Amino acid sequence: MSSIDEDTVKARHPFAEAFEMFFKNYAAVVALIVLGLIVLMAIFGPTLYPVDPFDMVWMPFSPPGEEGFLFGTDYLGRDLVSMIIHGSRVSIIIGLSAAFMTVFIGVTIGAMAGFYRGWVEEVLMRITEFFQVLPTLLFAMVIVALFGASLTMITIAIGAVSWTAVARITRTEFLRIRELEYVTASRASGANNFVLMFRIILPNALPPIIVQAALMVGSAILFEAGLSFLGLTDPNVVSWGQVIGSNRSYLLDAGYTVTIPGAAIFITVLCISLVGDGLNDALNPKLRQR
Amino acid sequence: MYACLLLLAVIVLNFGMMHLAPGDVADSISQSMGGADEEVLNEIRATYGLDKPFIVQLGSYIGKVLRFDLGYSFFYTQPVTKLIFEKLPATLLLVLSAQFLALVVGVFLGVYSAQRPNGISSHFVSFFALFGYSAPVFWSGLLLLIGFSLHIQWFPVAGMRDVTIEGNLWEESIDIVRHMVLPVISLASIFLALYSRLSRATMMEVLGSDYIRTAKSKGLTDREIVYKHALKNSLSPVITLAGLQFSAVVSGAVLVESVFSWPGLGTLAFDSIIARDTPTILGILFFSALVVIVGNLLTDLTLRLVDPRVRISG
Repeated sequence: MSSIDEDTVKARHPFAEAFEMFFKNYAAVVALIVLGLIVLMAIFGPTLYPVDPFDMVWMPFSPPGEEGFLFGTDYLGRDLVSMIIHGSRVSIIIGLSAAFMTVFIGVTIGAMAGFYRGWVEEVLMRITEFFQVLPTLLFAMVIVALFGASLTMITIAIGAVSWTAVARITRTEFLRIRELEYVTASRASGANNFVLMFRIILPNALPPIIVQAALMVGSAILFEAGLSFLGLTDPNVVSWGQVIGSNRSYLLDAGYTVTIPGAAIFITVLCISLVGDGLNDALNPKLRQR
Repeated sequence: MYACLLLLAVIVLNFGMMHLAPGDVADSISQSMGGADEEVLNEIRATYGLDKPFIVQLGSYIGKVLRFDLGYSFFYTQPVTKLIFEKLPATLLLVLSAQFLALVVGVFLGVYSAQRPNGISSHFVSFFALFGYSAPVFWSGLLLLIGFSLHIQWFPVAGMRDVTIEGNLWEESIDIVRHMVLPVISLASIFLALYSRLSRATMMEVLGSDYIRTAKSKGLTDREIVYKHALKNSLSPVITLAGLQFSAVVSGAVLVESVFSWPGLGTLAFDSIIARDTPTILGILFFSALVVIVGNLLTDLTLRLVDPRVRISG
């Protein structure tokens, strides 16, 4: 113990180290950049490329690269580039809002179960198990079919069926952390249950929840793509899955109308998974040694 | 016992959704008749007991479902249960074969790459896992379809059997298998990814434990160690995960069935959603939950067979 180096003296934000580790993971960084580009495309794309995705701009099935259409035209002669750009909006909006809803429900239920234990835990975990039994996509299909296919309903449907993983993770973390000394100390100094749960325990339970939330964005995007592939989507909005679903009858003549939007979904979700993996390595360094 | 409670909860949920949804049976009957006035509607409601209080209706609904009476489909003009039993075997065949394929290949890949943690195969497994996890299942299905039944015509494009092949049991089974190959592969690919990743992790952990060192020092070959000693202990987490994935497999099957026009519950669900055939939709939800529950029970049984520790604690 000769000298204490500067890092330990300066009180570092707990996430600073994770931040550093994350940026050492090249795959994750590249994925993050690509995701950034996709988000930029969703925000500014429609202004920079002002072609209405519903307009029939040319003959149907014009192959990619010809006649000035980078991705070609679909079965109605609509510009695929424009459909991809507009579709990214739906994917990102639904991905983020459904993931947010998932985390909100999951953390609330998991936190209550892990904190109060006893019958509260029993009841909440039974409810969680119940939702794990329902085949998620089918359940979401039913919700959307019965209550209408607006983007809000789709988000609610996705959120309602996919919060169970978050709830389980939150509960496990709460069970572990609630026994630690600093929680007992806060309790002794008069913190009420709400403060204990959300100010003392939750911040320390966050790392695995953040990772799961990142992955949830990806699975929500896949989910939305599946629903809109089946045609259970708002018909007034373009989405990637819907483009695939509406062009699938023309596979032999125009395979690109299916492969290109599919690749868009794949690249987006792949980048999210890579970022999720990167976050996981950065936030839970212990697991890395495995 | 507990499974029964879960099932009951599914029934109640079904009923609740039927109630919350706009429009009721009377509306859909009157629609199929081409419209009716309020008086006729009320008459229909009285015939079907829709004017009784909520709890009474719920009670009679539960009683009916327990007798496998899921109502009548006005779209298919058939009892829902009959409809579902016609389609259920195809879905079960798809779901179970996909799970089986994913488990066997996934565990094998995981075990193989765990022995060479830094080898090419290991990176391949990680990459493949990421691919399987991120590609939408309907997209990979369509890609397989474009590749292997449109361009290289190895496999049939759609359906479950060829109507021209009939009579000979052997030829019929071969025909079904030929139709199955692409759907099963595309459905299995998602889960294969998950299983290979987990089994690689557990296998690496098991290979680091003391009794493996003992086995090594005893002079056993690597193959004996891995397949006779380590494999059995690394299996149970993977089987547990497979059990948890059952509802996801059924969900994936809905999409895969739609891609390959596989005549199962997913296709039926899709058609009945388009037709707004509520009794059939809810019946399918009930039966698919039943499939998942039975799948979970089977997983528990398998775990007991594989891992004696579960037998003691459970």
